[in-house]
Amino acid sequence: MESRQLGRRSLRAALLAVTMVGGVAACTSAPSTSDSAADAGASAGASQAAGGGTYTIWDPYPQFDDSSDWVKLLTQCGTDAGVTVKRTGYDTTDLTNKALLAAQQGNSPDVLIVDNPVVSTLADAGVLTTTEESKLDTSAISPNLLAAGQIGGKTYGVPIGANTLALFYNKEVLKKAGVDAESVKDWASLTAALEKVKAAGKKGITFSAIGTEEGSFQFLPWFWGSGAQLTKLDSAEGVAALSLWTDWVKKGYAPNSVINNTQTTSWQEFATGDFAFAENGTWQLGNAKKAGFTYGIIPIPAKDGGTAPAPTGGEFVSMPVQQDTGRYATTQKLVTCLTSTDNSYTTDTTLSYIAPTDAVQTKQVEQNAELKVWVEAVKAAKGRTSDNLGTKYPKISEPMWKAMQAALSGSQPPQEALTEAQTAAASATQ
Amino acid sequence: MNHATQTPSPSVSGGGRKRVPPPPSQGRRRAPARRRWTGQLAAWAFLAPVVVYLLAFYAYPLYRNVDLSLRNYTVRSFVQGNAPFTGFANYTKVFENATFGPALWHTMVFTVVSLVFQFTIGLALAVFFTRNFRLSATLRALFLVPWLLPLIVSSSTWSWMLNSDSGVVNAFLHMVGLGPVNWLTSPDWSLWSVTIANVWIGIPFNLVVLYSGLQAIPSHINEAAQLDGATNWQRFWRVTFPLLRPVSAITLLLGLVYTLKVFDIIWIMTKGGPSDSSTTLATWSYRLGFGNLLPSFGPGAAVGNLLIVMALVFGLIYIRVQRRQGLS
Repeated sequence: MESRQLGRRSLRAALLAVTMVGGVAACTSAPSTSDSAADAGASAGASQAAGGGTYTIWDPYPQFDDSSDWVKLLTQCGTDAGVTVKRTGYDTTDLTNKALLAAQQGNSPDVLIVDNPVVSTLADAGVLTTTEESKLDTSAISPNLLAAGQIGGKTYGVPIGANTLALFYNKEVLKKAGVDAESVKDWASLTAALEKVKAAGKKGITFSAIGTEEGSFQFLPWFWGSGAQLTKLDSAEGVAALSLWTDWVKKGYAPNSVINNTQTTSWQEFATGDFAFAENGTWQLGNAKKAGFTYGIIPIPAKDGGTAPAPTGGEFVSMPVQQDTGRYATTQKLVTCLTSTDNSYTTDTTLSYIAPTDAVQTKQVEQNAELKVWVEAVKAAKGRTSDNLGTKYPKISEPMWKAMQAALSGSQPPQEALTEAQTAAASATQ
Repeated sequence: MNHATQTPSPSVSGGGRKRVPPPPSQGRRRAPARRRWTGQLAAWAFLAPVVVYLLAFYAYPLYRNVDLSLRNYTVRSFVQGNAPFTGFANYTKVFENATFGPALWHTMVFTVVSLVFQFTIGLALAVFFTRNFRLSATLRALFLVPWLLPLIVSSSTWSWMLNSDSGVVNAFLHMVGLGPVNWLTSPDWSLWSVTIANVWIGIPFNLVVLYSGLQAIPSHINEAAQLDGATNWQRFWRVTFPLLRPVSAITLLLGLVYTLKVFDIIWIMTKGGPSDSSTTLATWSYRLGFGNLLPSFGPGAAVGNLLIVMALVFGLIYIRVQRRQGLS
């Protein structure tokens, strides 16, 4: 009897074990199961709203609540178009899955504001309308920004604004080391400056080389600045870019922690005031003012001088495919309202972005001279999914960040790491 | 899936047990039959919530996970729902992937090392705390802190402490004259760092379960052994440890399952890097499914299923061992 009881108890334990691990597995497949249920609820509201002249907007700015300028602008645009706007803010990583699920359930929002490298993924899934169908006007938008949303000659949205990377520097540290920021024109002069800073007992540069998309984002200005192309990771130029970073870490110009730094932790390192340079984005401007030391900003130099093309960050306003195509006309009014010259200025000031059109960029610099360097950086910037890479980009980016981590941690020399990455990327994009 | 089919069965046998006593009188056969029928119905009605719950929240997700792993999902087919059935192609892809070997090895090392240390330290502390001394309850409560902290807090704290340049651990090493260790950023150390953090987090669980196991051992057995002249050490190995075996087994099994699926600690501390040096099957599964702009759901689900199978195998081994022990 006792053994039977024991047997049953242990059986129960085993089952418990299975359910516990099963729980994780179910989590890993979340978009197909648990999430979709929650989502069906959320978007059921959306489709219901369709009848009552309500239009839904999803954006990745959960930091803005109903009292913010951003939401006020959305509401105003809705009023102008004669409809009610229902807006939901999601976490940016969450939004891609949410958008895919909503499309699967057939109730996408009317307007979807989504991170630019995701546009090609969603377009590939057939979730987004082209600007031909949606009749959105993209003529004023800078071509280099628009390119991130173009695949196979079709455009799938309008950039709402752009941000990108540049080098922040600490004026006090540079002064102490006897370095003139203006002298940093190319890689050689930057490395020389780092050497001086280190000799003066301060730390050189911090960036984020973490093993995620964020790391690739930070590496790209150097990769492109060397003249390398994403279609050939192991070119001599690509190796030069990775060697630059690797040497910095090896010589102690950059801390070893960059391998694990996100852009936020990298910024925290810079904010300690010990670092001369930090590679970071437009969105840190607010924090820079609070840093407690005087700072300056220069564009990231290309290998032989000039501004390196940094990858564009920032979102696209897109119109997901609807069953009722009659909705497009009103949605088009909403999107045009958001991206019109007047509103674009408000939007991009709110979001701390650089506008996607020349006219508004000029206005931004007039109002705030500090933005000049960012406007230049955005003009030189390049979309990650541009050059018709589209959904191939993620398959190249992952081997690239792996190579970056291998080289920086010293487990492989740059050449070897990139050769391996190129093989992986080539087989993945076939 | 297993439990969904399993759970109703005890009740069916329970219903069967009711049937066993013969009806009191042959003449009134119909009434008991109806009563039996309504009894059955009531039993099922009582069961229904559990069954529905199990089907909806356990069986269906598991089924979906298996289904996901047997189809070739792209973002397009995910949205349109027409992913072609590809049999075991995703599994082949996973097995052939260069990450599979290292990930499996890391999972094993991580699990075994974590379990050994968690269990040993947990047991040592449990034995220590069975001698009730002043402040022992307070101290024991302090040992529970790692368990109470949200994982994101403890992992972030570990990640700060082990930071190569500004971490407190390297500052300490520097103070005692040792060189800095790149805990999280060196391929030789990253797996050890996450294992250390996981051991720390797992000790309270082992402590609590083993401590209550020790409480259940009647004190007179130990006293008898003491009277017979057994030393402390002998009493532990010959009396306490064997009597604690069932509790130890369940602690280890639960610990195993818990450790196999550990994800948050590794993801927060190293993201499985640098260059996959701390990637386990759990983090790899997540990376495949969500860690990239272009999710590959199929292979991600396949890796998740491998984890389930591993836990199931260990569960079955456990049952066998228990049964053999029970028989002998």
